[in-house]
Amino acid sequence: MGFFLEVLIGGLLTGVLYSLVALGFVLIFKASGVFNFAQGAMVLMAGLALVQLIQPTYIGLWHFVGIGALVAAVAGLLVLRVLRGGTFAVVKGDWRVHLPMLVAVGAGLVGGLLALAGGAKGWPLWLAIPAAIAVMVAVAWVVERWVLRPLVNQEGIILFMATLGITFFIDGFSQTIFGSNVYPLNVGLSKDPVFLLESVFDGGILVNQLDISGAIIAGVLVAGLAVFFQKTRIGRALRAVADDHAAAQSVGIPLNWIWFIVWSVAGIVALVAAIVWGSKLGIQFSLTFLALKALPVLILGGFTSVPGAIVGGLLIGAGEKLAEVYFPALTKYVLGTAMPGGIEYWFAYVLALVFLLFRPQGLFGERIIERV
Amino acid sequence: MFYREAGQFKISYSADMAIFPIAQDRIAVLAIVAAAFLLMPFVATEYFLNSIMVPTLILALAAVGLNILVGYCGQVSLGSGAFMAIGAYAAYNFAIRVPELPLLVSILLGGVVSAMVGVFFGIPSLRIKGFYLAVATLAAQFFFDWLFLRAGWFTNYTPSGSVNAPRLDVFGWTVNTPVERYIFVLGLVCVFTLLAKNLVRGHVGRQWMAIRDMDIAAEIIGIRPMYAKLSAFAVSSFFVGVAGALWAFVHLGSWEPLAFSIDRSFQLLFAIIIGGLGSILGCFLGAAFMWILPIFLDIALPPLGELVGWTMDKATVSHFSVMIFGALIIFFLIVEPHGLARLWSIVKEKLRLWPFPY
Repeated sequence: MGFFLEVLIGGLLTGVLYSLVALGFVLIFKASGVFNFAQGAMVLMAGLALVQLIQPTYIGLWHFVGIGALVAAVAGLLVLRVLRGGTFAVVKGDWRVHLPMLVAVGAGLVGGLLALAGGAKGWPLWLAIPAAIAVMVAVAWVVERWVLRPLVNQEGIILFMATLGITFFIDGFSQTIFGSNVYPLNVGLSKDPVFLLESVFDGGILVNQLDISGAIIAGVLVAGLAVFFQKTRIGRALRAVADDHAAAQSVGIPLNWIWFIVWSVAGIVALVAAIVWGSKLGIQFSLTFLALKALPVLILGGFTSVPGAIVGGLLIGAGEKLAEVYFPALTKYVLGTAMPGGIEYWFAYVLALVFLLFRPQGLFGERIIERV
Repeated sequence: MFYREAGQFKISYSADMAIFPIAQDRIAVLAIVAAAFLLMPFVATEYFLNSIMVPTLILALAAVGLNILVGYCGQVSLGSGAFMAIGAYAAYNFAIRVPELPLLVSILLGGVVSAMVGVFFGIPSLRIKGFYLAVATLAAQFFFDWLFLRAGWFTNYTPSGSVNAPRLDVFGWTVNTPVERYIFVLGLVCVFTLLAKNLVRGHVGRQWMAIRDMDIAAEIIGIRPMYAKLSAFAVSSFFVGVAGALWAFVHLGSWEPLAFSIDRSFQLLFAIIIGGLGSILGCFLGAAFMWILPIFLDIALPPLGELVGWTMDKATVSHFSVMIFGALIIFFLIVEPHGLARLWSIVKEKLRLWPFPY
């Protein structure tokens, strides 16, 4: 019983991390109907940016200058946005048309100079995390401006393939800039295993502290997102867009801005996922395959449901670990020959496939699938 | 001026149903096929045949198969790599376990096995659509990746997991040199392309397209969705399976499951989308694009880097080419979401009036 619980809890905690990645998918799918395959690549990029900014082993001074300029430009634009309080009509020919550009360039220059003065020494955590967020925000802007906007009104499959293109681009770009080795990430999360419930079971249940802190971080993130969606103005706009694009646009919600925000939020979720996974496995290319792990989670939970992503992640995580441990023994008992191991690789998918046959819209998904 | 159909009258039913109703098209296609058979073996180098022509042709065949499913029947599949693997391993097992079978028969049987598995994995399509279906087909991809890696029977218990293709004997003709391989692949690809073209023009193809355009309306005019969808899965998987067997036997020679990973599925999906959904010509254009462009980038990038004073090491070149490749894919999707085949049809429209537009 103790061993079973240990496997179960280990699986659930891994499942939390799957949910983190699935969450990014759901956010973007809800707001823009884009099936964003690039979420895994975004995790990789956020992780590489963070780890290289904390402990530079691959990047040099000029990378720091560039990222410093980028961070300052994003921060400057953000301040401008807050001060100005949304967009206002600008007469053509007015110099204020160029205000955002001027602010971005000015702040970028200052940031670049500051980074140049600081040298390629690596930044403290409080600076590196916002910097990584700024990088992801910049990615969101580029994606919205250069990919989504020209492809508006295209079919879902075209948009999906475009996100695959984004995946290639981000993979190549981030590894060109930040290098492609395995980098250990240390942000102060303890890795020691602890024993729980020692009084109940003989020897207790062995749990990794990192998994627990990962679960706590995920919980905080989900709570924060819930507050953001329910209580803020932008959150309300996001929910409106998720409900009905055309209606939202007709009451004056700028779709492009919303898409930019939602990709930024997905970028931040990717950063959190990168921090937790990276502390566990190190930042490496295989993080992009997390996207593949998150897909069955989505099917189980439904493409448009945030709670679905969480519950789906937990189910997949736990089911996968239990299957991995108990299936070979079960087949040996039933069939007489043990099944080869490593079924973790496909179990989630087959579970999702079987699940689809009985409940095509997922656990919490909307009933949008037409029956034929 | 040269591409004008004025004066070409269709005076019989067979002329009306010809694959290429316009004489210029007919001549051009025949000329291209003739050049591919007769001219190419003499002018192309071994490297060109081996690493460009043969893989491009096989990928094009697989793309034709996938296009039948995605482009004509509207069922998105991300599992085509798995069906290539099934074709390859089934053909391998037929070839080594029943040595009396001629090679061509084992390759075709590989396709048949792949078709049967395809029908099985097509069953969810009766209930689900769109991205849910796409993710469901990924189940096939991961399951078969694992199966061929872990279950020793399929690889004849080779310790390394990598298997070697049997000798390529086609009815007494041993396919050995690059030219022979090329001719063998080209012949099969021509036959299967003709088959596919006729299938999608015929009543089966029309059923698929009706299902793709609006399944409920198709059902109401009397098309059985189950039959249409499952037949699309079967035919598509058969083509993809044959292509997989050719890929393994003729192109790779010895292979392991990694050769048919999910990247292969994405490559094929890109090929048909860049080439053009619902177009046979597009499959060839798309496959050429997907195969040749990365090779070109790998070769062209280091000298270009030198030009601007940036010496790239091997890893950087590969990352950078992946990045450029992704950007180019997005560029093509934006410029022409309907694919290269659509570009070609626009060119044809222009050619009709050229050089004297209104």
